[in-house]
Amino acid sequence: MTPATTAKVITLTIDDREVGAREDQTILQIARENGIRIPTLCFLEGLSPAGACRLCLVEIIGTGRVLPACTTYAAEGMKVRTTSEALEAHRRTVLELLFAEGNHVCAVCVSNGNCELQDLATKLGVDHITLPYLNPVHAVDASHPRFILDPNRCVLCARCVRVCDEIEGAHTWDIMGRGIDARIIADLNQPWGEAASCTSCGKCVQVCPTGALVEKGRAVAEMKKRHALPQLITRNKEHAS
Amino acid sequence: MSKVRLATVWLDGCSGCHMSFLDMDMILLDLAPKIDLVYSPLVDFKVFPENVDVTIVEGAVSSTEDEEKIKHIRGRTKTLIALGDCAITSNVPGMRNTFSVDTIMTDAYGPDHPVQVIPPLLDKSVPVHHVVPVDVFITGCPPPAGTIVKALLAVLEGQPNPVPPRFG
Repeated sequence: MTPATTAKVITLTIDDREVGAREDQTILQIARENGIRIPTLCFLEGLSPAGACRLCLVEIIGTGRVLPACTTYAAEGMKVRTTSEALEAHRRTVLELLFAEGNHVCAVCVSNGNCELQDLATKLGVDHITLPYLNPVHAVDASHPRFILDPNRCVLCARCVRVCDEIEGAHTWDIMGRGIDARIIADLNQPWGEAASCTSCGKCVQVCPTGALVEKGRAVAEMKKRHALPQLITRNKEHAS
Repeated sequence: MSKVRLATVWLDGCSGCHMSFLDMDMILLDLAPKIDLVYSPLVDFKVFPENVDVTIVEGAVSSTEDEEKIKHIRGRTKTLIALGDCAITSNVPGMRNTFSVDTIMTDAYGPDHPVQVIPPLLDKSVPVHHVVPVDVFITGCPPPAGTIVKALLAVLEGQPNPVPPRFG
């Protein structure tokens, strides 16, 4: 059952289309309800929005600003543009930065063919990375008995952090450091296998968009994930209440 | 219509892209009347000729020899196609980039590894377009034969590559 809402009903324009919405809805939610596709990476239905990846940037006409659709709430009379040459260029640059800042080798990755980063490159037409690769040095953490963390493939979307905190309630994962030095850590920056708070539920693995969190024993292209997990859990909770 | 002077080169790659090229099978027969293969690991020409219309390059730029070769080739080629992920992202050859060249050579060949005759490795294995301008990118590891056909036919007619990218 959908909880009763007192939110005001408003009208806004997305890509020259007038749409009705509630003022407690984000631009991304409204766009999706109306069949308008905005590319996303860190966003996952069932988790709180993070605004981390900047792929869902949209133009708010009249303000001269681009804002992430997943964390920007709609307002009466707002005019939104979800696609333009400038936005496409921004999104491609975001993707290029993600590729350049990690060590993404699709050909030998367990998530080859089931990777949201790889899919986005296809969808947005990124056929080469113009920026120089940074080739950061990251150790793989295989200390957990069932799972592996490979920071080389991490895009810092924080889906793992959110699912672990918001749904599993363990809050094993967090992000340490800032900017280009940011990385995912377990508990107090310990090997995953020694993180006492981890329940080994594997939700972080299922929501990870790339091959950064994977099950052990998977060969190239064998890691398929269940990204709908948080959405299903949230829906079940709503039904139960 | 005069034939397109086509060349293919193989830098730091596994030759899988060339195998995929050959995997065009019967389509090679349709392609044959349109092209003159003027240089390639598949034929026995020793010198990269002048005035090449289209050059397909497989592999990353990993050694000083690769670097000299691709610069020489770029100067003699109208349209340069980067074929496959090694040429485009440095892919598997680039996996050495987090180690120093000395570490790699010593680990692989011991402390007495040769320093002469074999071309020295560059500090990093890099995509072709980080060394010379590239006109067309055909992604994949390797790109499927069908992808190469569609892209190559478009390039031969002066059209952009119609196939969406797909790394891996």
